Amino acid sequence: MIMSPRYAWPIGVALLIALPFVYRDPYHLHILILILIWSFAYTSWSMMGRFGLVSLGHGGFMGVGAYVTALLWNHLGLSPWIGIPIALLCAGTLALLVAYPCFRFRITGHYFALVTLALSGIVLQVITATRDWTGGSLGYTPERTKGSHIVALQFDDKTVWYLIALAVWLAGLLIWHLIDRSMARYAMEAISEDEDAAAAAGVNVTFEKLRITVISALMTALAGALYCQYQMFISPDTVSGIAVSLQMVFAVVVGGIYVALGPTVGAIITLLLAEFLRIFFGTKAVGYDNLVYGVLLVLFIIFLPKGILGSILDRLKGVPVRQTVAKKPA
Amino acid sequence: MESFLEIFDIYLLEAVVNGILLGGLLALLALGLNLIFGVIDVTWICYAELVMIGMYGMYFLVQYYGISYFLAAPVAIALVAILGALLHFLVIAPLLSGPPINQLLATGGVLFVLQSFATVAFGIDFRNLGIRLPVLAFAEMHFSYARLLAFGAALIGMVVVYLFMTRTYTGTAIRAIAQDRQIMALMGVDTKKIYLITSAVGGALAGLAACLLVLQYDVHPFVGLSFGPITFLICVLGGLGNFVGGFVAAFVFAEIISLGGLFSDLEWGYVLAFVFFIIMMFVRPGGLLARRQ
Repeated sequence: MIMSPRYAWPIGVALLIALPFVYRDPYHLHILILILIWSFAYTSWSMMGRFGLVSLGHGGFMGVGAYVTALLWNHLGLSPWIGIPIALLCAGTLALLVAYPCFRFRITGHYFALVTLALSGIVLQVITATRDWTGGSLGYTPERTKGSHIVALQFDDKTVWYLIALAVWLAGLLIWHLIDRSMARYAMEAISEDEDAAAAAGVNVTFEKLRITVISALMTALAGALYCQYQMFISPDTVSGIAVSLQMVFAVVVGGIYVALGPTVGAIITLLLAEFLRIFFGTKAVGYDNLVYGVLLVLFIIFLPKGILGSILDRLKGVPVRQTVAKKPA
Repeated sequence: MESFLEIFDIYLLEAVVNGILLGGLLALLALGLNLIFGVIDVTWICYAELVMIGMYGMYFLVQYYGISYFLAAPVAIALVAILGALLHFLVIAPLLSGPPINQLLATGGVLFVLQSFATVAFGIDFRNLGIRLPVLAFAEMHFSYARLLAFGAALIGMVVVYLFMTRTYTGTAIRAIAQDRQIMALMGVDTKKIYLITSAVGGALAGLAACLLVLQYDVHPFVGLSFGPITFLICVLGGLGNFVGGFVAAFVFAEIISLGGLFSDLEWGYVLAFVFFIIMMFVRPGGLLARRQ
């Protein structure tokens, strides 16, 4: 018998918390931490994506989160505990600045995707252009702390990082759950089907869309800051820009955009796949891993548009796989 | 002080002219993307990567096989045109009935494929044709022939496309489909064929752009990222699918980049252009030439 969902969640979480105390292989823990951090980022992307707001600007939010935190620490000596909220504030402002005109003037679908694409482009260019402070394309390293590890939010122990990442990932799922049960979800679903009808029914379209966008941007920026604190190295290519935005979209599409654990499944599959391909092809064949990766993604979008988890769940419920849930944006 | 101003003005003028020259190239890129969008209603995120493949094609034809530039150019254009048709046939066509965003994402996947294919096949070295065209000096200003040639060829390319669209039966059919997708099938137009032709024409434009870009820039697998985003911005700024708007927007953008680069680094020129873009989204969300509702 499958365990009932009521017990499955607490037991699953307890097992995940217990894991690093039993199993301590540093490489595997490292992969797990990365999966958790990226899962959180992908979950934040799909907060918007599931309602048809396909943003290609999340690479930009992630870059802002990572770079602002690191810059404040290195140049002003501000602890990430203060730096991260400031970084989140910056990302939130940026999101408002870009999203407000988009929503106010009904920029949807392709247009929205391309405008947000511009946003990740801007962030990438600004980071590269201010190379005197950010190190440009060579990347940037937060200074190692000489004082308290807790103030600097720098830990050598992977177990600590695992627990932090786990907590944040769980918080992400909780936010998903809360939104899923709120009125905002119905409003957003109405908007994604027909904006005019939703507005006529009394939904404040611009406000609802802005709220979900800002939540999503804040979470993504937090993911960026965490990634920076954990890896202790960021470069424009790994935390910002179009490649990162696309990477988010793909992982979510592969995992399943309309289910809570879809982005996580996507992160597990894409990161393991990338890691496997990297090891399999070794350093002698640069690029083969991405080639296989890209082909798989195209195949996925063509043949499994609901993602792996979404399709499996549908199969269990007896819904035909190829039937698409996604609606055409007006 | 006076001499400073004089020099400054010369630089300013030079930047303006260089901006116009750059604008021609950008307009060509935007035209191809706009054509695809206007007719098939799909955004090729991987458009710049098609250009990259075309640049590699030129590099190998000229450097490796020793074919002269002007003979190699048509071959490279045909190559990218076939690639464009293939992209439509293999990736877009199966997705045409699906949600539009899936088509956009699928071409994003193709972007990864093309980039990594280039990395695997050609390595990550920067390569160039090794052709150094002379520099035209005119009234203390310097313009490279490569840019002048690119500008001229881009203009000719655009005129050819315009004539094709207005003077031929196929061109008329393409424009008709852009206006009403459903009704044209009833009028006896083979939509699938028209889509394939449009994709090939879009590819050919990317190929032409590749032939011109390879004269000025080095080729590497990630070269597409340096002008891809700017092309999308131009198309959106001009109004997606609006050919004239795209043309105007290309020159506006090129001037901003060129003038912004004059006062600071080139990246700041790009940043300025991006900021301008976002402001314009507030002012004219439907594109530069869109009518106000």
